[in-house]
Amino acid sequence: MTFAGWLTIVLFVVILTALAFPLGQYMANVYTGKRVFLTPVFAWPERLLYKVLRVDPELEQDWKSYAKSLIVFSLAGWLLLYVILRTQDAFFVPHALNPLGYHSAPWNVTFNTVSSFMTNTNWQFYSGETTMSYLSQMIGLTVQNWLSAGIGIVVAVALVRGIIGRSGKGIGNFWQDMVRTILYVLAPLSVFAAIVLASQGVIANLTSYLTVHTITGLTQTIAMGPVAGQEAVKELGTNGGGFFNTNSAHPFENPTQFTNFFEMLLVLIIPAALIFFYGRMTGNRRQGYAIYATVMLMFLGAVVVAYIAEAHGSPAQHAAGLHTGVISGSTGGNMEGKEQRFGIAGSALFDVITTVTSCGAVNSAIESFTGIGGAVPFANLSASEVIFGGVGTGLYSILLYVLLAVFIGGLMVGRTPEWLGKKLEAREIKLAGLGILITPLAALFCTALAVASKAGRASISEVATSAGKLGIHTPQAFSESFYAYLSQANNNGSAFAGYTGFIQPNAGNLGSHGVSFADVLGGFDMIFARYAPILFALAVAGALAGKRVTPAGLGTMRTDNGTFVVLLIGVIILVGALTFFPALLLGPIVQGLTGHLY
Amino acid sequence: MKRDIVTSIIGIIVFTVLLGLVYPLVITGVSQVAFPGDANGQQIHLDGKLVGSKLIGQNFASPVIGKNGKPEEKEGELVTEPDPRYFQSRPSATEGGADNAAASTFSNHGPNSVKTKEADEENIKAYLELNMNTTTKTEYDPGLTVAKIPVDAVNSSASGLDPEISPANAWIQAHRVAAVRHLPLATVDGLIAKYTSGRGLGFSGEEGVNVLELNLALDRLTGGAG
Repeated sequence: MTFAGWLTIVLFVVILTALAFPLGQYMANVYTGKRVFLTPVFAWPERLLYKVLRVDPELEQDWKSYAKSLIVFSLAGWLLLYVILRTQDAFFVPHALNPLGYHSAPWNVTFNTVSSFMTNTNWQFYSGETTMSYLSQMIGLTVQNWLSAGIGIVVAVALVRGIIGRSGKGIGNFWQDMVRTILYVLAPLSVFAAIVLASQGVIANLTSYLTVHTITGLTQTIAMGPVAGQEAVKELGTNGGGFFNTNSAHPFENPTQFTNFFEMLLVLIIPAALIFFYGRMTGNRRQGYAIYATVMLMFLGAVVVAYIAEAHGSPAQHAAGLHTGVISGSTGGNMEGKEQRFGIAGSALFDVITTVTSCGAVNSAIESFTGIGGAVPFANLSASEVIFGGVGTGLYSILLYVLLAVFIGGLMVGRTPEWLGKKLEAREIKLAGLGILITPLAALFCTALAVASKAGRASISEVATSAGKLGIHTPQAFSESFYAYLSQANNNGSAFAGYTGFIQPNAGNLGSHGVSFADVLGGFDMIFARYAPILFALAVAGALAGKRVTPAGLGTMRTDNGTFVVLLIGVIILVGALTFFPALLLGPIVQGLTGHLY
Repeated sequence: MKRDIVTSIIGIIVFTVLLGLVYPLVITGVSQVAFPGDANGQQIHLDGKLVGSKLIGQNFASPVIGKNGKPEEKEGELVTEPDPRYFQSRPSATEGGADNAAASTFSNHGPNSVKTKEADEENIKAYLELNMNTTTKTEYDPGLTVAKIPVDAVNSSASGLDPEISPANAWIQAHRVAAVRHLPLATVDGLIAKYTSGRGLGFSGEEGVNVLELNLALDRLTGGAG
């Protein structure tokens, strides 16, 4: 560990908070239809889009109608993306946009990929530079990077409207929210970020792969592509699907120490801003501060543990006789699967940021993290993406937890629970409870299926260790399977990347085939665990929207003070720990507690 | 329902054009005009020939020439050996040879895996051998032992394409390169300092030495591989 490492972490938190606060205020203005500084630019295109889409933006939708629009639109996106990816080498695709003549990936891998990008997961069984044409990356994957981010945000906005709603059943208009999210929030930030990234070395071109003749007489082929645009929205929308196989570890996605820091800010800026947005919308900013404090404390805990664990080094390194401490000119630590320019601190921080959010981008190999270092992303996912979480998903998920915490607090003091002046009744509590538990349920159910079946075990990479006999029964093998379905259920997309669903002997999909079990199970895991919580969140919005507000009395439990922060952290940890602790013990924790090699 | 379907179909087409064509093409176009070097991968040319990208690590190894006078192959891959005249990049897990920039990949070796230990041991052995003067049987860097090898020199990088090594790794290799090229150690160390990137914004990330730039500078100094 180094001073610069700790300084990076502290400065990151300070800069993030300073940027997220004004963005949250801006978003509150956008979603309440107030005039913002970009209104002169986007007012006209906004009106034009409503006309083209044939929608009346002023029409308030109830939660069912809102949900219907959202699901039909998602389905349309799913179908179009499937067609695009399966016709990658069709006659109408111009050669310049598929310069290497890549064929389409098989149906099962495509099913997984399409479900993955539609649900903001960006789990990738395929490897970008050996599978996808430039056209597929652009009109297929990039588009869903935007739209899935937009859908997450609008659900959060709708839920907040329901919570503060004073009358009636309306929670906003889905189409208006989508259009405003894309124009006023994602577009300016994405364009700015993409240009900054391109100026630092993130490539942006449509040339074919380069052939290099090295000074020692070898040839090297270098993959190219229109990366910068996709990279920006990949981080901003907490999508996380890399243009290249090694994602943000690839020098063309994340070339310098500066871009690493910048990309980390991009990932957290909208989830952080949405918390301040919530505070402003409730008319009491302290409501937002309380949630911000809750998630920031949990976030910092995760960062500290991951940094210390990775700086310590791994049992395998120590067994090989390596010294993993800091020496002059090297910061030591577990550098397996990490890049020199990011080092231990830059890798640990990036890893925590992309696993507390639903981003899932990686700049280092999570599978090679130490036992405890690897337990951190597990724990982040086990908290169901409420620690900042994905764009929108983080806010609506933690608001369900807030509801649960208020209920539990109410039980403790023996009063009818009240939240922001509204009485919470059986219906809301049931819906919130289901919304919270459905993701862990999907994750554990799929993991159990995968580790208990021969078809599921086929995806594990650790089949043969040199000990031979242990094979797939190692903790690492269990971790691979568990992480795969946990990550997909949480729509995260990071991986213990040895887990495979796509056998690709040659670039361009020649002779490739998918592992149907992992592809299809993962696909349904992602879709189910995305849309079920969305429906529950919208239903909660609908249930709260029409409730009368009564002024807070002396006995009302406050949700904007330190006591509530402690209660909320307790509830989140309790639910996560009770659900996942046995499984976590079998995988990463057992590795972290032993120096034994498997 | 019908309204939703119509709007969704129009919407997905409109957004596909705007976000999937207009957006990436505008970004690509602007970048090509404003930062052509960066947008095209910071290519490095030598005598008009493309010799690499500053951002992409390379394998500074030479093909092994077999008894028949042709480059040797094993299981369809070229057999290579590291060239002692050049600084060597970090270990890479890519298939089809190290630093294959057409297919980046992690090693995915676990922290408690026997495979990780064996890979580390193999890399340690190779590193010690490379930095050993075969005629005098002594280390170029006196006193080099396993415990003194910086971790980045034997742990494989994340992308498999890491363009940098740690300064500590470079200082050790400098002894070998200086001896093989008959250069003063101080000259080589000076070049290392020149091609060491500082921390981003002064605090973010770690210092690293760009191996390709360093090797090209060495060649310029000695008028070839020396």
